[in-house]
Amino acid sequence: MATTVTAPPVPKSPPDSPVLIDAATLSRPNRTWVPLPRWLRRLAGPALVVAVWQLLGATGNINPRVLATPAQVAQAAWELAKDGELASNLLASLQRVGSGLLIGVGLGVLLAVLAGLFRLGEELIDSTMQVVRALPVLGLLPLVIIWFGVGEEPKIALVAFAAACPVYINTYAGIRGVDNRLVESGRVVGLNRLGLIRHVILPGAVPGFLVGLRFALTSAWLVIIVAEQLNATSGIGYLMNQAQAWYRTDIIVLGLLIYGVLGLLADSLVRLLERRLLVWRRGFNGA
Amino acid sequence: MTTATTTEAALAVRATGVHRSFDGREVLSGIDLTLHQGEFLALLGRSGSGKSTLLRAMAGLDPDFTGELLVPERRSVVFQDHRLQPWKRVLDNVVLGLPRAGAKEAGLNALAEVGLTERARDWPITLSGGEAQRAALARALVRDPALLLLDEPFGALDALTRLKMHALLRELCRKHRPAVLLVTHDVDEAIALADRVIVLTDGRLGPSHEVGVGELRGVLLKELGVVEAG
Repeated sequence: MATTVTAPPVPKSPPDSPVLIDAATLSRPNRTWVPLPRWLRRLAGPALVVAVWQLLGATGNINPRVLATPAQVAQAAWELAKDGELASNLLASLQRVGSGLLIGVGLGVLLAVLAGLFRLGEELIDSTMQVVRALPVLGLLPLVIIWFGVGEEPKIALVAFAAACPVYINTYAGIRGVDNRLVESGRVVGLNRLGLIRHVILPGAVPGFLVGLRFALTSAWLVIIVAEQLNATSGIGYLMNQAQAWYRTDIIVLGLLIYGVLGLLADSLVRLLERRLLVWRRGFNGA
Repeated sequence: MTTATTTEAALAVRATGVHRSFDGREVLSGIDLTLHQGEFLALLGRSGSGKSTLLRAMAGLDPDFTGELLVPERRSVVFQDHRLQPWKRVLDNVVLGLPRAGAKEAGLNALAEVGLTERARDWPITLSGGEAQRAALARALVRDPALLLLDEPFGALDALTRLKMHALLRELCRKHRPAVLLVTHDVDEAIALADRVIVLTDGRLGPSHEVGVGELRGVLLKELGVVEAG
């Protein structure tokens, strides 16, 4: 201590010392331009479009034969709902999509499991499915009508076909993509073949299956729209087709809106399913 | 070369002339090895020396070796990665493959032994590296193995966690007395844990060394070819 040269007690900053800034300001997001919740601000865009659309229609700038105004669509919805026509047609569409999905998803999973687990299954099924998936679903319409007539069956068959392909492809990929290290780990704790399938392979294929399910729902709606417009006596597609003959653009727009809402609902259903089935991915301990 | 110290204990592994080739390249060139109950053997080797191949053969994961390899029916493996099924909670992972009766209680006991009682209901993704490896250890021990196979089980852990795991493993092995085969490339780990160390070079076993005698560390490093002989 005796030999140290005393330094100045408070060191002066050298002349070129850097300017210091508060690090917290660097990662803070920019302030929003209006203090409204995000979902409300996101709603503003569509609301504006509807408002302009209504304004143009009400001032006579849009011919109602070309496009009905939002108010007219709401009016049509009210009238169809009042006499029960909306509910019965909606139910018809939902039943078709529901049964078609049930058959198609079940078939897709069954084929994927057979092809994914057994060598023979792979050789017989996978190549066949790769060919079948290349067929445009709607191209089958004339054939399906010849096979099943004009009742409910052709529509359900088309939906089932449209749903089975994506479910098969993604579930099969999911089964084949299961980490081999996990399979080994299952084998060394003594799981037999059945145990491996149940505890390792099928749970590992669930994420793939859910991707397939989401695609299946989308194509199911697409198919039912077309099938109901060509050949039906009930359903939302039928309602829209009838409306076309009378230039009722209000009912056509209503039909489109219903399809849109149903598509959104189906998507949230899959999301809900994902949250239930894939908790382990996020580690959320809700049980 | 066999040791005389454990001849009275039951035999846990007997390998005679074990060979294994991959596409014509010989990885194991005639392994002769015996391991007795309660003995802790470390197999040291560089990467590619064939040590994991030998362990996988003992684990029953390799159908393609030749020669005679006798192992007990009750055996467990801990891999370098924890290999917990991500879709099963920790306890369900530990008891996977056990007969249902009494499994839950045994699993909870095993988790208590590795200090993970509180994580029994959690998902593997929420565990730290050390915790996941402790869960894998619990999964191995709950089966009451006669042979415990450890394939560089601490290789992916940080230094402090690894030391803690060494202490835990020593304690558990003292308690359960399985035959242990530890495969590692870490000389210090081998000396810290094992009773006996053998170096595996180019598919052949070197001499067997009792741990605790003299200049073992230097001898092992020489046999590994890390330090020049002389």
